[in-house]
Amino acid sequence: MTGDEPAPVGVPHAGTPTGAPDLAGLLVRAARRDESAFAQLYDATAARAYGLALRVVRDPAQAEEITQESYLDIWRQASRYDAGRGSALSWMLTIVHRRAVDRVRAAEAETRRETAYEERNRPVSHDTTAEAAHASLDAHRVRTALAGLTPIQREAVELAYLGGYTHTEVASMLDLPVGTAKTRIRDGLIRLRDVMDVGGAR
Amino acid sequence: MSSDIHALSGAYAVDALDPAERAEFERHLATCDACRAEVDSLREAAGMIAETVAVPPPPALRDRVLADIATVRPLAPVTARRRRTTRRRLPALLAAAAAVVLVAVGGLVWHPWSHPRSGQEQVTLADRIVHAPDAQRVRTRLKDGTVVTAYRSAALDRAAITAHGMAPPPRGRVYELWLQDAAGAMRPAGLMSSAPTSAVVLDGAAAHARGVGITVEPPGGSPTPTTAPIALLAFS
Repeated sequence: MTGDEPAPVGVPHAGTPTGAPDLAGLLVRAARRDESAFAQLYDATAARAYGLALRVVRDPAQAEEITQESYLDIWRQASRYDAGRGSALSWMLTIVHRRAVDRVRAAEAETRRETAYEERNRPVSHDTTAEAAHASLDAHRVRTALAGLTPIQREAVELAYLGGYTHTEVASMLDLPVGTAKTRIRDGLIRLRDVMDVGGAR
Repeated sequence: MSSDIHALSGAYAVDALDPAERAEFERHLATCDACRAEVDSLREAAGMIAETVAVPPPPALRDRVLADIATVRPLAPVTARRRRTTRRRLPALLAAAAAVVLVAVGGLVWHPWSHPRSGQEQVTLADRIVHAPDAQRVRTRLKDGTVVTAYRSAALDRAAITAHGMAPPPRGRVYELWLQDAAGAMRPAGLMSSAPTSAVVLDGAAAHARGVGITVEPPGGSPTPTTAPIALLAFS
């Protein structure tokens, strides 16, 4: 019986990971046209934003463009950030990710299709990009949490989030029946969320 | 009617829907607080993954970004609070309906159930739900004597109903099925153009549903109930 507990809605979130500066506070100041606060916000988040864009589009020049456009968006829309719905980092990365994915979908070139096989047949978390990544405590926690997913969940989540593939494409790449990849993605994210204890509302 | 749209939350949170699905899910999000909260929380989880791929950008990018923002004006805050009414209206409606209970549905001619997507798979799934080891069963009797029974299996995350002997919907109308989600919102869960002769599976995730409702709606159904429920069953 799991059906009776109410789902809290709009529960305030704990905010950013351990030791991080107060990103939400910086974002609020940015919304008031505080450029130095925005510069701090950039410094605290740019590696994740750029790394994410780079991972999705693969091309450094495009990743830079996406990052640049995203931060301009973040600056313009800072007042629209709603702390009741999630952390500032999550809000910012959502903007970056959407832009990166829209870019690869728009450019959905043959070349990208050709990389599908390669993408599928290499360990997702341990390629050169990941090795170049910051070896932070948080990254370690996330990797540990990811390791707790089933292999299919992990691959589905990583292909969708880091690969920028649709759930239909993910299903095809993982030889899953159409319609089940979305379930794997959701289950994997739920597990990740619960293990990492993020996302407040549950 | 969309099938199991709630299950798209994860793919939506990581931008893994195609444009049509994305648009459809966003329409759904506008009326489903539970999905919105879930998407927010799953985005939070996905964002953590960026931690594992962080790469410092070239220093020149910082200069370009800061030069950009110096020339762009931040948007003013949104002052009007959107929505909020859709969600509140329905639990109130349900409470009222629960008190009134069950308007009789006229008509004597019974037709075989024709669920839009009925087929072998649905029948099988219906059986699995009805006979699931963890199935919960609630029933109510309509004014005309029809017994409506709702089954929910949390393990299968689905619900089904039976309504043997139920009258067909009024001419030119359909029955619409609803799942009330944990947040209290009513989510469309399928249409029936005639009365059921066997168990019918409701569309959508049901593990956390509070209950099941049936309303009479115009052809094609409605995104939210427009009439008082003729049947309302709360999972306890």
